[in-house]
Amino acid sequence: MLLGPSLGLSAILFSLGVAGVLLRRNAIVLFMCIELMLNAVNLTFVALAQLYGASGYIMVFFVMTVAAAEAAVGLAIILAMFRHRQSVDLQNINLLRG
Amino acid sequence: MINAVFWFFAGVAVLSAALCILQRNPVNAALWLVSTMFSLAAIYVLLDAQFIAAIQVLVYAGAVMVLFLFVIMLLNLGHASSDIRGPSAVAATVVICGLLVGELFALWRYTPHRLAAELAQAGPFSDPRAVFAAGDIARQEAQVRGVVGVIAAPLFQTYLVPFEITSILLLVAIVGAVVLAKRNV
Amino acid sequence: MSFSHWVWLAVALPLGGFLVNGALALRRPGAKALVSLVGPGVLLGAFAVSLGVFRELLEHPPHEPVIVKLWPWLPVGQLGVDLAFQVDQLSVVMLLVVTGVGSLIHLFSVGYMRDDPGYARYFAYLNLFIVFMLVLVLGSSFPVMFIGWEGVGLCSYLLIGFWFSDKANADAGKKAFIMNRIGDFGFLVAMFFIWRAFGTLNFAEVTARAPSVLTPGGAVVTAITLFLFLGCTGKSAQIPLHTWLPDAMAGPTPVSALIHAATMVTAGVYLVARTNVLFAMAPLSSSVVAGIGALTALFAATIGLRQYDIKKVLAYSTISQLGYMFLGVGTGAYVSGIFHLATHAFFKALLFLGSGSVIHAMHHAYHATHSHEDGQDMRNMGGLKTYMPVTFWLMLIATLAIAGIPPFSGFFSKDEILAAAFARGGEQPAFYLFYAMGVIAAFLTAFYMARLIAMTFLGSNRTGEKERGHLHEAPWIMTGPLVVLGVLSLAGGALNLPHLVGGHAALEGWLEPVMEPGLRIARLVMPEGSTEYLLVGAAVAIGAVGLLLGFRATLSRPTLPAKEAPADTGLALLLNRKYFVDELYDGLFVRPLGWISRMVLWKGVDQTVVDGLAVNGAARVSRALGWLGSRLQSGQVGVYVVIFLVGALWILRAVLR
Repeated sequence: MLLGPSLGLSAILFSLGVAGVLLRRNAIVLFMCIELMLNAVNLTFVALAQLYGASGYIMVFFVMTVAAAEAAVGLAIILAMFRHRQSVDLQNINLLRG
Repeated sequence: MINAVFWFFAGVAVLSAALCILQRNPVNAALWLVSTMFSLAAIYVLLDAQFIAAIQVLVYAGAVMVLFLFVIMLLNLGHASSDIRGPSAVAATVVICGLLVGELFALWRYTPHRLAAELAQAGPFSDPRAVFAAGDIARQEAQVRGVVGVIAAPLFQTYLVPFEITSILLLVAIVGAVVLAKRNV
Repeated sequence: MSFSHWVWLAVALPLGGFLVNGALALRRPGAKALVSLVGPGVLLGAFAVSLGVFRELLEHPPHEPVIVKLWPWLPVGQLGVDLAFQVDQLSVVMLLVVTGVGSLIHLFSVGYMRDDPGYARYFAYLNLFIVFMLVLVLGSSFPVMFIGWEGVGLCSYLLIGFWFSDKANADAGKKAFIMNRIGDFGFLVAMFFIWRAFGTLNFAEVTARAPSVLTPGGAVVTAITLFLFLGCTGKSAQIPLHTWLPDAMAGPTPVSALIHAATMVTAGVYLVARTNVLFAMAPLSSSVVAGIGALTALFAATIGLRQYDIKKVLAYSTISQLGYMFLGVGTGAYVSGIFHLATHAFFKALLFLGSGSVIHAMHHAYHATHSHEDGQDMRNMGGLKTYMPVTFWLMLIATLAIAGIPPFSGFFSKDEILAAAFARGGEQPAFYLFYAMGVIAAFLTAFYMARLIAMTFLGSNRTGEKERGHLHEAPWIMTGPLVVLGVLSLAGGALNLPHLVGGHAALEGWLEPVMEPGLRIARLVMPEGSTEYLLVGAAVAIGAVGLLLGFRATLSRPTLPAKEAPADTGLALLLNRKYFVDELYDGLFVRPLGWISRMVLWKGVDQTVVDGLAVNGAARVSRALGWLGSRLQSGQVGVYVVIFLVGALWILRAVLR
């Protein structure tokens, strides 16, 4: 019953997350936009669980767990990066230049 | 009634997300993200996923975002002079997000009514609602076992192996985070 | 197994000689004694083999040619070309001429080239030439003959440019080779036509099936024969590809004698005689052959009137006599052409070798006094009769032969050709014109040969006071072969004595089985009775008058030595400079080709297109692509994210279909 609007909301949130990833230069804020995207996906899973059963909830469970682990490691990397360059501006992180 | 609540919280979520991605100060951005997560938790409750709502607040808003705030404050980030990438990025954003929204909304057609209608024309299913039988089973289970039990049973039975692997993953993440954040390795 | 099957030995012996002499030339150029033994020795062996084959054919004259197959060479699809030799009456005649005259010239060379540092190399090349020439005359199919054809061109190049340290000699060799190649192109095209029409390239099969496969006088047979004749003009120095032969005199004189008088240049005549059935079926081509032959005979004879280099006179004389041979075979008198080939080999070789003796003596004289005068210029000679009597008398014999005075050999062969042309005139009036040209050319031939003898041997000596003491007769190794050739020039007419004087026309009968297919189609009725007597008388008279006038004209005025002689003017200049044909060719062909090569092909195609566009262009494109690729690797995570998202969108779209 709320499936359609939920999916629509999820789509909008996901797009907002993508926009944030593309627009922001600060690495931490970028990371937060990624979390936003993950949340949108969680919403999709939960909405569809109404139709497809408990597997939806299980997926959300795992997504959250992995997101937490990823947040921890990612922030550690940002910390190391900050120590190296004194900045978290993505424009300055270009050692991979080919 | 439920619809009104849903629309209210949906609106809050979208507004918070928009403000999150546009805020200059990272602390503000983090706080708006927390607001988004709370709204989502409310919506989860409306969608009969109470356990999920709870752990959303506990884990996501409570642990992950707090970690974010710790790091922001640790790095003592102030304002950046200009935090948005150049006009080319804005252009790329508009294009990509426009396409994305479009494509995602194309999934609109897979609402249950349309899906059921298409399946009815496809043939082999006598009863289209049978595809979605799992949802009804879940609701019945919820009556019997309670909200948490609905998740617990599959988690420790069907999805046991992923569960165990996830625990190892968490261990690895902890070790990795500690190593990466050390000053002298 | 009949002896004919050993004919390959005649080819193998000179080949062995080439290998031995070549090895000696590379390793021990000083081993002159061994080379002197091997070089002429293998030739004498080849001559012995030829005699043996000839004797066997005499006893059992075959009606079909004997094919001696060595091994299958080109078994490609339906084309089956074997490396095989064909032993029949015609090839035996050529075999004897080549190995016989060749042996004499090899012996002469032992004396002539004695002091040359490239002695071993010379004999190696000479032996190799004999190998290829024999392959040419013995080949049983067009491709095998072509091997010999090309090979003699190669050896001609090597031998003309023997003293290559002088650029003029190297250029002469190059010129000969290139002009030969133009003719070779004609030969190849003719081979393609023949293959297409007949499906086979063997002489025997082509000769047998020609009347049934081709339409007489049709376009195909005319095309084939004209292209074959193009090859002949290149190889036998007829108009328009004749200019290489006078330049070829830059080579050693025995080479001029062997290659450019007796053997290689006669290959064209041999080719026409071998494919007589094709030429008989194409009257237009035969007329072209005869016409060009007559024209060349006249043209070259006029040039010979005003040349001062003794070898150049003989070179133009060769071109002229080759014209006679082509006149003969073009008329349908194939036997006469071959007869003149043989007699010409005798007296022309004698003339060249005799001039070689003269040049040898002149060079010795000038070398001894350290003079820089030209030893080959006839204006520096004169009165050599007293110093070189044997050479003088022998060259006189050859002159009488070439002028067509009976009973010398040249009379019989030349007279037959002129009579045939006259006879053919009855059917095709153009041949009367050819006859007339031949008669005028005969007169001029006698004239310039008399001039040569007079300037060289008669009168007073103009060599110089100090040089006179060094003039002497050539050693016996050189005069011996001259004597043999002299005998042949005198008695060679016996080969084909006409019935008129009581002979049996031996050569004609001998070659009849080979010439029969052609003669059957283009029957030639030779003049008889009073016409015959008239023609014979006319030929003798013309020759005699020409000689007398030549002697008188040359001896009446004193000739000045080369350094004092005035330059030529007017007609004399035109003749001396060979009608400026070389200059014409240079302007018409050589310069434009050179310009095209330099401007268009080198600058345009090679530098701009191949170097610039293809090679460097490919490198530039690679670098550009690489640069483009490197732009993707900016190191900016933001860019990577964008690309990632684009990809994800694409997949999403694909899934949604």
